[in-house]
Amino acid sequence: MTKALELFSKEGFYQTTMPAIALKAGMSVGNFYNYFASKETLAKELIIYIAELLGGEIRLINETPTGVAEKIRAIVRMYFRMAQERPEIIEYFLRVYLSNREVFKEGCEGMICVTPFATEMMIFFEEGVRSKELRDQDFFSAFGLFMGYLGGMVFLNGEKILPKAINEYEESISENIYQALCYRE
Amino acid sequence: MNSVVRIVWICGITCNGNTHSFLNHPALEYLLAKIHFIHHPVLPSPLSLQEVVSTLPESDILIFEGAYRPDFERAGMAMEDLFTGLADKTGMIIALGSCASFGGMMKQCRPEEISGIAFDRETPTPLLKRYREKMVVLSGCPIHPEWLAFVLQMAANGTPMPLDTWYRPQALYAYLVHQGCLRGEYFEWKVDAHDFGRKEGCLFYVQGCQGPMTHASCNKILWNTVSSKTRAGMPCIGCTEPTFPKERLFSTQTYMSIPAEMPLGIPKRSYLALAGAAKSFRIKRLEERMMDDHA
Repeated sequence: MTKALELFSKEGFYQTTMPAIALKAGMSVGNFYNYFASKETLAKELIIYIAELLGGEIRLINETPTGVAEKIRAIVRMYFRMAQERPEIIEYFLRVYLSNREVFKEGCEGMICVTPFATEMMIFFEEGVRSKELRDQDFFSAFGLFMGYLGGMVFLNGEKILPKAINEYEESISENIYQALCYRE
Repeated sequence: MNSVVRIVWICGITCNGNTHSFLNHPALEYLLAKIHFIHHPVLPSPLSLQEVVSTLPESDILIFEGAYRPDFERAGMAMEDLFTGLADKTGMIIALGSCASFGGMMKQCRPEEISGIAFDRETPTPLLKRYREKMVVLSGCPIHPEWLAFVLQMAANGTPMPLDTWYRPQALYAYLVHQGCLRGEYFEWKVDAHDFGRKEGCLFYVQGCQGPMTHASCNKILWNTVSSKTRAGMPCIGCTEPTFPKERLFSTQTYMSIPAEMPLGIPKRSYLALAGAAKSFRIKRLEERMMDDHA
């Protein structure tokens, strides 16, 4: 999985071939096809793998008895840590999954293949509104602000545009997200 | 119990909705041949309310309709004395309708003083503790006439009736209103109804339908033998539950677009995962009208 993610995120979906992935994974091409019938199948499995990984991380944060501001900080920290330690995961999400929707249109309709991740974000927002720490609004308005912001920063980081290391932005970005979403009388 | 069941039917603080609902039973004539009303607020019966108050007659079943306030008077007698006087001399007590069961709509008038005879919302009343062995709760606003007919016939036949935690017959209240709803497919695929009275669309997400968390057999034993609220296009308002009436009955409370209340027993994470998946698809057939109303 990791090898495939590295290749896809570096070369792009169409430039990456199954023989290249098999080679990098140390397998014969024939044997590799026993595991994944096509490149599209592999691509879908990879996004499910990522969604479960990120969803699991956010679930741990959701289940920690802290306030919303701290949870936002924890999600931002987790996301940026992932971008640094396993950049192929975030890169794949941004550069393959979001940029090649035609590959995912059958079998990964809507948010199906990212359900574990989306569900945890829904729970984060729902509980924040229920506890009156977050402002009630349309889910996608809030989701887009939060994840779009993080995705944008990781993109800038990947393009080496940021003057500082990405983790140095954690505090200010967490504060910005909290201020944008928090409940006001 | 006698083959002809002797019943005293008295009213507390009530709109008489259950009385009127019972009169709509399609087999009322057949039922009346098997039961004998010593006193009924509307049907002909041998004792007037004044005579009931002065004689406190024995009965097989005491039906109490409406909410309870100890000092509320009927024919000059405080409800506390009238109810206990009759309850001591009966074999079964039926708390008829949501007001008698839990306080219901009438409790809203004076919440601190008014309750049901069985429960004060969700708290057991002293009357329930005293008459626990005799109590059967038939909640609903109003009750379906068949629910009362069912209990009367079970009592007449001496058939045991397993009850749920609210003392309601399981045979009637083990079901959810959601079960048997014709809109089930719309619920599964998350296609919402945005207007009243439409045949199409689920009423849960937008219109506040409480069918998935309300115990009642409304979509099994149909009203007037043909329909139900949800079939007609009106959301279930949860009238059989102790929490009735809630506020904002015709809109779904949401937190960041997510329903505040989940279908009964469904963990939030499970519901959101399934709902998110279902919403990822567009089912053309379910988005169209089933038939053209103006054709």
